[in-house]
Amino acid sequence: MGDAATTAGPVAGTDTAYETVIGLECHVELSTRTKMFCGCRNEFGAPPNTNVCPVCLGHPGTLPVPNERAIESIVRIGLAFDCEIAPHSLFHRKNYFYPDMPKNFQISQYDLPICVGGHLDVEVDGEGRRIGITRVHMEEDTGKTTHAGATGRIAGADYALEDYNRAGVPLVEIVSEPDLRSPAEARAYLTELRATLLALGVSDVRMEEGSLRCDANISVRPVGHPEFGTKVEIKNMNSIRSVERALRHEQERQVGVLAGGGRVVQETRHFDETTGTTTSMRSKEEAFDYRYFPEPDLSPLEPDPAWVERLRAELPELPAARRRRFEQRYAVPPAQAATLAADHAWAAFFEEAAAGADPRLVANWMTGDLAGLLNEAGIELAGAKVGPRHLTALARLLADGTISSAGAKAALAEAFATGEAIEAVVRARGLAQVSDEGALTAVVDEVIAENPGPVEQFRGGKEGALNALIGPVMKKTGGSANPQVVRDLLRARLSR
Amino acid sequence: MTALCDRTGHDLAAALRAGEVSAAEILAATTARIEAVDARVGAFLTRTGDLAARQAATVDARLAAGEAAALPAVAGIPLALKDVLTTRGVRTTAGSRILEPYVPPYDCTAWERLAAAGSVLVGKTNCDEFAMGSSNENSAYAPVRNPWNLDTVPGGSSGGSAAAVAAGEAVWALGTDTGGSVRQPAALCGVVGLKPTYGLVSRYGLIAFASSLDHVGTFTRDVRDAATLLSAIAGHDPRDATSLPEPAGDYVRGLEDGVRGLRVGVVEEWLSMEGIQPGVRDAVSAALDRLEGLGASVVPVRLPHADYALSAYYLIAPAECSSNLARYDGVRYGARAAGAADVVEMNARTRGAGFGDEVKRRIMLGTYALSAGYYDAYYGQAQKVRTLVIRDFEAAFGQVDVIASPTSPTTAFRLGERTGDPLAMYLSDIFTIPANLAGVPGISIPCGLADGLPVGFQLMGRLRDEATVLRAARALEDAIGFAARPPLVAGLPA
Amino acid sequence: MTPTIDVDHVARLARLVLTDEERERFGRQLALILEHADRVREVAAADVPPTSHPIPRANVLRADEPGPSLSHEDALANAPEAEAGMFRVPPITEREEEG
Ligand SMILES: [Mg+2]
Ligand SMILES: [Zn+2]
Repeated sequence: MGDAATTAGPVAGTDTAYETVIGLECHVELSTRTKMFCGCRNEFGAPPNTNVCPVCLGHPGTLPVPNERAIESIVRIGLAFDCEIAPHSLFHRKNYFYPDMPKNFQISQYDLPICVGGHLDVEVDGEGRRIGITRVHMEEDTGKTTHAGATGRIAGADYALEDYNRAGVPLVEIVSEPDLRSPAEARAYLTELRATLLALGVSDVRMEEGSLRCDANISVRPVGHPEFGTKVEIKNMNSIRSVERALRHEQERQVGVLAGGGRVVQETRHFDETTGTTTSMRSKEEAFDYRYFPEPDLSPLEPDPAWVERLRAELPELPAARRRRFEQRYAVPPAQAATLAADHAWAAFFEEAAAGADPRLVANWMTGDLAGLLNEAGIELAGAKVGPRHLTALARLLADGTISSAGAKAALAEAFATGEAIEAVVRARGLAQVSDEGALTAVVDEVIAENPGPVEQFRGGKEGALNALIGPVMKKTGGSANPQVVRDLLRARLSR
Repeated sequence: MTALCDRTGHDLAAALRAGEVSAAEILAATTARIEAVDARVGAFLTRTGDLAARQAATVDARLAAGEAAALPAVAGIPLALKDVLTTRGVRTTAGSRILEPYVPPYDCTAWERLAAAGSVLVGKTNCDEFAMGSSNENSAYAPVRNPWNLDTVPGGSSGGSAAAVAAGEAVWALGTDTGGSVRQPAALCGVVGLKPTYGLVSRYGLIAFASSLDHVGTFTRDVRDAATLLSAIAGHDPRDATSLPEPAGDYVRGLEDGVRGLRVGVVEEWLSMEGIQPGVRDAVSAALDRLEGLGASVVPVRLPHADYALSAYYLIAPAECSSNLARYDGVRYGARAAGAADVVEMNARTRGAGFGDEVKRRIMLGTYALSAGYYDAYYGQAQKVRTLVIRDFEAAFGQVDVIASPTSPTTAFRLGERTGDPLAMYLSDIFTIPANLAGVPGISIPCGLADGLPVGFQLMGRLRDEATVLRAARALEDAIGFAARPPLVAGLPA
Repeated sequence: MTPTIDVDHVARLARLVLTDEERERFGRQLALILEHADRVREVAAADVPPTSHPIPRANVLRADEPGPSLSHEDALANAPEAEAGMFRVPPITEREEEG
C-alpha cells in the first residue's frame, strides 16, 4: 500500500508522503437494438425526439418491460469480471426530479444488484494489479439536456431543451473498489475495462459519444494512515486521458491542501478540459434522499444457473488472456501485445496476418506504421483498405530481404491508399532491394570518389567511417540497395 | 317495459343478433338518458358521441352483412371508461387539473381490446383525482352524485362509472380498484362491481396510483355481464410485466352451476364490528341465509391481520403514488405553471396548483414514508403486514372456497359528510382493502336496500379463481332478485 | 406517539409548493394518519419477509425487437412548450442527482 512508486508525495518542503486512493464508477450504454424498457430504437445521433414512445416519454399509464438482451449482456459483463451472478436481484426506483428523466425516477438496482464482487486485472509499468469490482448493476439512461441562451453552460442559461432519444437506453453501472492508487492505474483500469467490454461486443464504449462515462472518487492520505481521506467526486471527463489528467490535478490539489494544513471538503468537482483543472460544483452537506423502493411494475431477476454457465462457457477470449497468449505464443513484446489484444478487430487481424509470416514483424508493423496511417486518415482498422494478407506479404518480403525497411514503409503507405497487393506495389514502384553487385559497383565507386575523407578514415582503421559511405549509396539508389550488399562491396573495393 | 339503456349487455346482444334493435338505437337511447340525467348526476367528464356513433354504425353494418354469428359479445353495447384509462386522441384527465389538457397518444389495453371487439364508447367518467378517494368528492372538476339520492355520494374512486351504469347512462363501464374503488361505488350505487385477480387484466394504460394494488375492474347490471365484460378484457399482455401469463378464459361458462356444496367463509368480527350500519348487517345476514338455502355451507373464518390491512394500505399506496405521480412536472404533457424563474420552481408550482388536497396529502405521506430513516419503520413494516394478510387468505382458502362480507360498512353517505376527516373516509374501504393487498378477486353485488339505499355484498375468492366467485355471485343474485331502480330513473319514460 | 414531520423538507423532496394553510393542515393530518399507520409495527416481526408484488413472478422480459415509436409530431403534441423539436423548459440551475 505504501509503495513509493504509487504515491503522490513527498511534497516539497514537507517530509510527509501521501498515498492516493481512487475508485471509479463507470456507466456503459449497451448496444442493444432497442431501449431497456420499450421497443424504441437504441441508436446514436437520430434527430431529437424521434426514437420515443409513450413508455420512454413517461406518459401516464405506461409500464416498463425489461429487454432480455440487456440482461444477457450484463450477465456476460459480470462473468467477464468474475463476479457472482446473484440468484435473485431486484429493480428499485431511484426517486429524484430532473427534466431529462421522464418519470422523475430512474429504474435502477439498489441493494440487490445482478452482479457482485468481481475484479479486473490490470498492468501498470509491467506490474500486475488486481482491482476489485464492487458491483455491476442494470439501469436506464436519461435524456439529453441542451442548455440554451447566454453561455451554453448551466449557469446563466436562459432555458433548456430536452431530447428523450437516449432516455431509457440500457445502462450498466460498474463500480470499482477504492483499490486504485494512482491516476496511471486509473487509466490502465479504464483501458482494460474498455477492452474487455469491446471483446464482449456489448457496447461500443466510446467516451466521446457518451457510451462510456466515468466518475471518479479520489482522496489522499498520509502514507501508513489507516483511514481513507475525505473523498471528492469528479465528473465531466470525456476521455480516458482526461480522467488521468483530472485525477493528477485533483491529487496535487488535495495534497496541496493537506500539506498546507488545510482540510479537504467532501464535494463534487467538475473537470474543465481546456484548463485541465477541477472546480467545485456543489458541496454535499445535505445527502441526497432517493427514496429507493422496489419497482412494483417489475419482477425480480432469477437467472437459471444453467443459462449462466452456458454464457460463461461462451465468453470470448478476454484481452488479459489474449495478451498473455500473444506474448507467449508469438513472442510479441508486452507493450505491443497489449495494444493488439485490447481490440477484437486488431487481435483478429494480427492472428490472421501472423499465421503466414514472422509474428514479431507483423506486430511491429501493425502497432507502428499501420497504426500511424490509420490515425492520420482518421479511420478504424475495419475501414482500412489493407487487410491481414498485406501485412503477411510485407513481413515476408522484409524477412527474405526483398525489401528494406524504407521500401516496406513506402509499400505499406501505397497499399494503404489504394488497397493494391504489396507484391504488386513493390513491383510497380521498383521497391525491391538491389542486391546485384554488378549494378551497384558503379555507384559504390562513384561514392568512394566523392568522399575522400571517410575513405581515408576507414583505411586508417576507423571501421565506423564505413557508415558515412553507406548512406550516400542508399541515397543514390533511392533506398533500393540492399544495405548488407553495399557494406560488403564497399569493404571489398576499399581493401584493394 | 325497460328502456333499452337500462337493459343488460347480454340481453341487448341477443336482441341485436335477433334483429330486434340496432346498435344505433341502443346508443340513441343511452345518449338520450345521458342528456336527461347527467346534468344532475355528473358521471361524465368527456363525452365521445361522434366516436360512439361511428362504432355503432360499424356494428350495424356488420349485422347487415350477416355477420351476427361472428360478432363479439360486447359489440354494439354502450360502454363508459373511467377517466384514468387512456384513450388515444380522447382527452384523459384522471380527474385532475394537472392533466386537463392531456390527450394520450395511445390506448390502454383494456379499451384497445374492447374497441377491436366492436364496443361503443360513450364517454370518460368522472372519478376521484388519480383514483384517490372513496366518495368522488376529490374530483378536480365536480363531485358525482348518487342516482339513488342526489344528496349522497356514489362512492369512489370510480364513482362516475358506477353512477353511469346505475342511471342508464352506459350499459356497462370499466373502473379501477386500488383499495375498493370498483366494489365500494358499485355497492353504493346498487350495481355489480368486479375486481379480478391482480394481473388478470393488463394495467397498461391505467394511469397509475399504486402499481402493486391497481386493478382494472367492471361495472355491470348483473353477474353475467361482469363475466362477459371480463372475458373481453382479460388475458396476458406483453406490455405489462405484471400481467398474468395465461390467456383469457371464458368466464361465462359454468356461471349457472349453483353453489351446492360450496363452502362460504364469514369473518365474524367484521359483521359485529362497531361502525357497521345495522341495515347493512341485516341485508348481508339475509344474503348469507340465502346462500345456505341454496346448498352452500356458511362457516366462520379468521383473517387475523385484516385489522392491520388499512394501516399497511395507507403506507404502501401513498408510497407508490408519491413515485408514480412524480412524472407530472409540467415538462412533457399536461398543465404547466407560467412565469417560473427556473425548472425547480416550475415543477413545484405546477404540482402545487395542479394537484388537489387528497393527492397532495398522499404524495406527502408517501414521500415521508419512503424517506431516509423512515423506510424500515413504515414502508418496510407495511410490506411485512402485506405478507401476513396474504398468509391469512391462504389459510382461510384452505378451509373455504369464497369469503363473504359487506362491501362497505355503510350505504351511501351524504356529500361533504366525511371530507374534513380523512381517517373516517378511509374506513369506508376497510372490507375491500385486504383483497387488494393479497391480489385476490372480489365482487360486489347488490343484496337489498337499507333506508332506501343499496347495500353491497362482497365475495372474495382464491387467486385466479374468478369462476367460483362469479358462480356464487350469480346464484345469490338470482336468489335475491334485486330489481329496485334508482328513483331518478324510475320516473323516466321507457 | 405522534411523529413530528418536517413538512417543508418533505414538500421539497416531493417538489410541491404548499400554502401556509396547507403546510399547517397537512402537518396535522399526516401526524394523525401516521399514528394510525404506526400499528403496522405491532405485528410485523423480523422473520416475516416483505411482499412487494401480490403474485410472485420472475424473469418477465421482452425480446430485443423494435416496436413502433411515436411520430415526432405525436411525441411533442402534448408539450407545454417546444422548440427545435425538443421540449422546452425554464433554465436549470442545479443538478439534483448524484449519478
Ligand atoms: Mg447510476
Ligand atoms: Zn420508447
